[in-house]
Amino acid sequence: MPGTIVDDVELIDAGRGGGNPPPAGGDDDGDSSGSRRPVPRRAYFTALQLGLAAIVMFFMALASSYIVRKGLGVDWQSTPLPPVLWFNTAILLASSATIVVARKKLEGGEREAFRSWWWVTTGLGLLFLAGQIIAWRQLAAAGMLLATNPSSSFFYLLTAAHGAHLTGGILALFYVMFRPWSRSRISQSTAAELASIYWHFMDGLWIFLLALLTLGR
Amino acid sequence: MVTHENGGGHGHHQPPSGFIRKWVFSIDHKVIGIQYLLLALFSVFVGMALSLLMRLHLAWPTAKFAIFHGGQMTPEQYLALMTMHGTIMVFMVLTTAPQSGFGNYFLPIQIGAADMAFPVLNMLSFWTTFVSLVVMICAFLVPGGAPIGGWTSYPPLSALGEIVGPGQGGGETLWIVGLAIFCGASLMGALNFITTLIDLRAKGMTLGRLPLTCWTWFVTAILGLLAFGVLLAACILLLLDRLAGTSFFIPGGLVVTDQVITWHKGGSPLLWQHLFWFFGHPEVYIAILPGMGVASHLLSTFSRKPVFGYRAMVGAICGIGFLGFCVWGHHMFISGMSPYSAFAFSILTMTIGVPSAIKTFNWLGTLWGGKITFNCAMLFALGFVSLFVSGGLSGLFLAQPALDLYLHDGYFVVAHFHLIMGVAAIFGMFAGLYFWFPKMFGRFLNEGVGKVHFWLTFIGVYAIFMPMHFLGLAGNPRRYSEMTAGPFLQQLQPVHVFITYAAFITIGAQLIFLANFLWSVFAGKEAKEENPWHATTLEWSIPSPPPFDNFGGVEPVVYHGPYEFSVPGAADDYIPQHLAPNLVRKA
Amino acid sequence: MLSRRLERGSTSVALAFAVFLTFMTVVTVYIFWAKVWWFPPAISDFGHEIDAQFARTFLITGVVFVAAQLGLAYAIFKFRDHGQKAAYFEGNNTMEIIWTLATIVLFVGLGLYARNAWAEVHFMGAAPGALQIEVTGQQFVWNFRYAGPDGKFGREKPELVSASTGNPVGLDPTDPASKDDIVSPVIVVPAGREVELIIRSQDVTHSFYVRELRLKQDAVPGMEIHMHFTATVPGDYEIACAELCGLGHYRMHSMLTVMPEADFEKWEKDQEAANQ
Ligand code: HEA
Ligand code: HEA
Ligand code: CUA
Ligand SMILES: [Cu+2]
Repeated sequence: MPGTIVDDVELIDAGRGGGNPPPAGGDDDGDSSGSRRPVPRRAYFTALQLGLAAIVMFFMALASSYIVRKGLGVDWQSTPLPPVLWFNTAILLASSATIVVARKKLEGGEREAFRSWWWVTTGLGLLFLAGQIIAWRQLAAAGMLLATNPSSSFFYLLTAAHGAHLTGGILALFYVMFRPWSRSRISQSTAAELASIYWHFMDGLWIFLLALLTLGR
Repeated sequence: MVTHENGGGHGHHQPPSGFIRKWVFSIDHKVIGIQYLLLALFSVFVGMALSLLMRLHLAWPTAKFAIFHGGQMTPEQYLALMTMHGTIMVFMVLTTAPQSGFGNYFLPIQIGAADMAFPVLNMLSFWTTFVSLVVMICAFLVPGGAPIGGWTSYPPLSALGEIVGPGQGGGETLWIVGLAIFCGASLMGALNFITTLIDLRAKGMTLGRLPLTCWTWFVTAILGLLAFGVLLAACILLLLDRLAGTSFFIPGGLVVTDQVITWHKGGSPLLWQHLFWFFGHPEVYIAILPGMGVASHLLSTFSRKPVFGYRAMVGAICGIGFLGFCVWGHHMFISGMSPYSAFAFSILTMTIGVPSAIKTFNWLGTLWGGKITFNCAMLFALGFVSLFVSGGLSGLFLAQPALDLYLHDGYFVVAHFHLIMGVAAIFGMFAGLYFWFPKMFGRFLNEGVGKVHFWLTFIGVYAIFMPMHFLGLAGNPRRYSEMTAGPFLQQLQPVHVFITYAAFITIGAQLIFLANFLWSVFAGKEAKEENPWHATTLEWSIPSPPPFDNFGGVEPVVYHGPYEFSVPGAADDYIPQHLAPNLVRKA
Repeated sequence: MLSRRLERGSTSVALAFAVFLTFMTVVTVYIFWAKVWWFPPAISDFGHEIDAQFARTFLITGVVFVAAQLGLAYAIFKFRDHGQKAAYFEGNNTMEIIWTLATIVLFVGLGLYARNAWAEVHFMGAAPGALQIEVTGQQFVWNFRYAGPDGKFGREKPELVSASTGNPVGLDPTDPASKDDIVSPVIVVPAGREVELIIRSQDVTHSFYVRELRLKQDAVPGMEIHMHFTATVPGDYEIACAELCGLGHYRMHSMLTVMPEADFEKWEKDQEAANQ
């Protein structure tokens, strides 16, 4: 078009996508000294969600292998679940509750109470892991080893994989506790929130795995 | 967990001093990008050397070479070369350079960020990748040598250990462990890419203004995030079968050379294939998507025209990404899978041709009416389009189970994936390298030498891989270390000899490239201008090479779409994305 | 001056590019068209059907291949930089819709069209009277087992497998049904009669592949996969292994012999006699 002036260009790209410019990292709660634009707080949540998506895919692959392998049927013998698992499950559920309380305390500024509840959560997590190990030992004592039967293979594999991820969660709990947050890019309460989301997720994942192991036995 | 990014908290604002912090364990995305590129460059030359040895053996199976014990290459040595060639090329070259290499360097800059969201994680994913490469290469050194199971490593061949063949012992174990480590590295990388793209875009950089390169890096990262976890799970199951005596993939009652395998029972070899290809098909799009992005970007830049159908392009990228997860069964038509699901996979696979067709048409539309300059970057981008079409169309044969019945596991497949992956995707890398080299190193690659390299490579790869279609039609199965077993294969030997000559020349031409690369990094023509190509995206608004924090601490603001070329009324034939509207010079 | 040189440079590169693409396209199409390297003639009805589907697919992809490569060559030459100004347009929705729909129809149509050939081998089983032959792959040979006069396959046991003592599939001599089973390293079938293959493997995955039958089927350990065909043209045809199975993969080779019905019966008799 002859005679068009350049300002039309704006119209063209306004029609294309337009939308709000993404806010700059203003909602960051860390320090922002220095020339580098700090990473916005929500990036940590995005990353956590993505990480969880990847973990879901990993466990879905194992779970569908479980179902397929069981469907083949030829040599599948169901593995009796050691009763201690129910105790462990209760422990893990309790830890999800205590972590909620801990965060409440932190938000309410009761740092001492937060610390104790956070410690309780960490302790329950460790207790759960110990319980899982007891479950393994009981199974092994009953002669069910990793290679005994596909269902016992999956039992060890799934519990180990969950345990490894939960160990990551426990490390995160320690980290939230011990990191000198005053010098950090995110606040302790953000870190606690992230850790607790992950913690709840591990809890839910365990329920899912338990359901698979009991119902799909 | 990644939620606890640290280390970047302090000290990142100032460029690090000291060689180690600056060049080895650097957390600067630009350095990490270059590290990835160097890793890929090293790997591609290893991969090419292996392919050259394979070709020599295929053409002259009885020839003697000093490097082999006893002179002549044995079948298992051939298969080991082949397995490592495929693995290194797919994982260490095409999953690293286009995405982690160029993506690392340019994604943050193109969206106006100072770095990746999690620089330390970024460093960690590079070094994890590095470890996985080392572990894999070690497979050559253990007794028995590298694995002979192919890059797809189907059990039971890959699960039973040394009794089914040399290389299937320690070599195969290292291969699987290396691959599992690689999965971890890729997951970290993918997470970082997606977060960066979602949360770190500069003001005004809406999704509709993202360069197509960023779109492809974004979708590629999503594919990686969802696919690598599955491969990791599969690798763990396979390792357990090998090392712990479980039977996920190994059925009972097997007899290997008269020896009954009693300790395995009931597993399913097909289970591995499903898991592997659920990852494997998205993986091939991980390999090609960044190349598509670069091609779109360059076709627009060097024909001085906006990308034709930007939105359709974005839609096609997302469509390919989505459909990529629905078609894995097309690698298993002959595997004994249910014929009904085979048919469903076939139709879905045909559908994935549609977004690819949309992209092809839009590339032609972008060229149409343009003003094309032929520098090396553009030549490779144009070569990409040609090769993508040639390689993609053979996919339509393979996608029909009735035809795949004949073509599967033959050289037609080898032709298909080399044209589209082995070279189209590689051409995307070359195009990106010639284009971004001045930004990365402040110097140009030599254009004259580059043209020689382009022509030899372009003609060479067609000469190598086009004839492979005919081998496939004549029925030549793949993964044969020599063609001596039956009369029909012996007749095809002249074609193999021709291919080997072509490969020899083409691979030789890559030495020209290597020399050009090394020479230009240190002594190439200096790129004094910030924006030598008159391109529009943000990386061209900053010095070459960019300073430590990219934009010198100011956040850029984006006012324009990514491809505003030859806009009527503007004095220049390009409008950079960051140029405020009142600064655009009018004609 | 400089711009004139640039122009000439761009013209010669564009010309070279266009010429090469045209040359590559013509040579490729010629070799396909002239069938310089081609499949051997099919020996079953099913094979002819596959060839027809091949032909359809070649036609469609061939047209697209030529159109796309030559279109690219044309655009490269026509729109090379020779001092003109680039046009400005950002796309065309009508065209996008047209080519999207066109490719959907074309690709999916082709896929649906291919259904028949696939259905014939895979959806439908063999007819009841078909001759059953068990195919067993092992590193690196094929073994074929016929049920013999009693029409029943005898029992097999993995622990009895012993290639060196002449029992490659592990026939159990205590089972009366296995007494008359014929085990052969080559496969012989009667022309014109339907054959049902039961494909299995003893160790790793192999793949049974006969070019003239246009058939290929993986032999998966732990599975028995059924396939059927009716060969009509007597002759000898090569069997290759098409799935990587170890270092001897390339030499895992055997023969399929198609004989007139009468010859086949004689062959079967001879085998039985040798069995006694
Ligand atoms: C970059 C990698 C890449 C890409 C992009 C593709 C793309 C495609 N692939 Fe390929 N493929 C591989 C890499 C890739 N492939 C590899 C590595 C293997 C082998 C693995 C192994 O076994 O080792 C393989 C194997 C493979 C098989 C299995 C073969 C076998 O083992 O028997 C099949 C079967 O369906 C297939 C199909 C397709 C299809 C339909 C596409 C489509 O996406 C292609 C779409 C493109 C086009 C269609 C061309 C352009 C379009 C036009 C010009 C438009 C105009 C067209 C018309 C109007 C008709 N591929
Ligand atoms: C990216 C993937 C890729 C690439 C580039 C290549 C390149 C080559 N390939 Fe390979 N190949 C595979 C992937 C690839 N291959 C796979 C997956 C298999 C299957 C393995 C299996 O069956 O398990 C295979 C198998 C395979 C076979 C079949 C073996 C068999 O079935 O028996 C053959 C036979 O000739 C072969 C040959 C070649 C040759 C001659 C090259 C030549 O080297 C081509 C010349 C190379 C180039 C032109 C690239 C140059 C690139 C650069 C220099 C990069 C520059 C770097 C930067 C910009 C950072 N390859
Ligand atoms: Cu048997 Cu390959
Ligand atoms: Cu695929």
